[in-house]
Amino acid sequence: MKPWLTRAAQEVIVPHRLIMIAVAIGIIIWAALAMRWHWIPRYADLAVQGIWRTLWLLALSCAIGFAMAVPLGLAQAAGPRALAIPARAFCTVIRGTPLLLQLWLIYFGLGSLFPQFPWIRESELWPYLRQAWPYALLALSLSFAGYEGEVMRGAFRSVPAGQLEAARAMGMGRFAIFRRIWFPQALQRALPTLGGETVLQLKATPLVATITVIDIYAVASRVRQDTFIIYEPLLLLALIYMIIAGLIALGFKLLEQRFNRGMIG
Amino acid sequence: MFDWLFALWPGLQTSAELLSLQPPGWGGNLLRGALASLQIALGAFALGLVIGTFGALGKLNGGPVMRDLLAVYTVVVRAVPELILILILYYAGTDLLNQVLRAMGQRPVEISGVAAGIAVLGIVQGAYATEVLRGAIQSVPRGQLEAARAFGMGPVQTFRRVTFPAMLPLALPGLSNLWLIATKDTALLAIVGFAELTLETRQAAGSTRAYFTFFLAAGALYLVMTLVSGRIFGWIEARYRRGQAAQ
Repeated sequence: MKPWLTRAAQEVIVPHRLIMIAVAIGIIIWAALAMRWHWIPRYADLAVQGIWRTLWLLALSCAIGFAMAVPLGLAQAAGPRALAIPARAFCTVIRGTPLLLQLWLIYFGLGSLFPQFPWIRESELWPYLRQAWPYALLALSLSFAGYEGEVMRGAFRSVPAGQLEAARAMGMGRFAIFRRIWFPQALQRALPTLGGETVLQLKATPLVATITVIDIYAVASRVRQDTFIIYEPLLLLALIYMIIAGLIALGFKLLEQRFNRGMIG
Repeated sequence: MFDWLFALWPGLQTSAELLSLQPPGWGGNLLRGALASLQIALGAFALGLVIGTFGALGKLNGGPVMRDLLAVYTVVVRAVPELILILILYYAGTDLLNQVLRAMGQRPVEISGVAAGIAVLGIVQGAYATEVLRGAIQSVPRGQLEAARAFGMGPVQTFRRVTFPAMLPLALPGLSNLWLIATKDTALLAIVGFAELTLETRQAAGSTRAYFTFFLAAGALYLVMTLVSGRIFGWIEARYRRGQAAQ
């Protein structure tokens, strides 16, 4: 057996844990037999679509948000005041107001503003702007950018100045320093925080259901409204989110191991 | 007084009228909502602190079963969206309470929104507070606790006179973060229909169609709450760090 496997086995095989696992399995069997699950086949297709929509909203908003967070963090850590102050204000406003409010401001506010301009209605983008998901994606991305801008600010600051000076002494240009020295080290320092923040972002995605985006949460609400079954869809939903959160945590752990190769400590 | 400003920017005058505190304006509703949000945030934060203190002590000093159960609690709460926890706890809590009341021969009751909101958000906050306080308690040097025991202090006295004051400055940054999360999480209660700031704002915006005015005004109110409380926490932290070595 592999060493980590035996260690894991040793941790689990303790009398009180075995009893707790037995109780947990008992509860799961009871739930499977005694609760009402007959609605699952009817909503399975919709649920798969919902999970898919949750996942791509999460992935895209994290990617866009992180792409915005890097300049936001850089501006605050090392930029001139003219850039640092607006970046800091953006992060403070995003972090100081609830995401639900931002989402509704963007969806209802922009959504009521855009149709007033004929040139927007005639543009190629209009078919997309009439749907809800672009507003959801925008709000989620801005929110992620605000929180991560703050994280990246700390990460950029924590890279020792000597490293940057050494790179400059080696004759690297500004861009090369950023790409080869500054950014990789900042990212390595930020990765554990980013993993936690991605799970928080996952937990924020169900809010998009309030602006008519049909994610997995919206599917579960629909089951509740259609069948008047309350607990079963919610419990299944909680399980789905826990599995996704576990996979995100695992993914970041592997990523961290990769990044930490060849690093001291 | 603001006439010159309204002349420059006509839209501002309508906004000011919409936000005025007297009934044709909706400012009073917004402020009432903000007060309700603040009330729930305070209650939830306090409940979270109580749960967190016991959770942290249980995780550090409890038996193996207690520790595993607390681990399940913190992991589940931190992995499942607050919105879903609110719905589950809200429905399950009402159901359980009414079943107990029925068993005791009482008539079922409607749970008040404030009580349910405080209970649900408090349970969520408790999970995060457990982790914050556990980290802070763990970083109190063992020698100090051993010295307290050597002086003949009991466990309660040690906690009150040594552990608590020593861990407070370490816990405050995390707790201040939790308080900010509590104020923002109250917005989620809008979805279960509780009239806090976000829902009041949406109703005002929906009936006047002045979305930007009201959402921006509510954003400003939230921002004032978070910035002011940030100042207060900074002040408390500075006060409790007095006489401690700089980190």
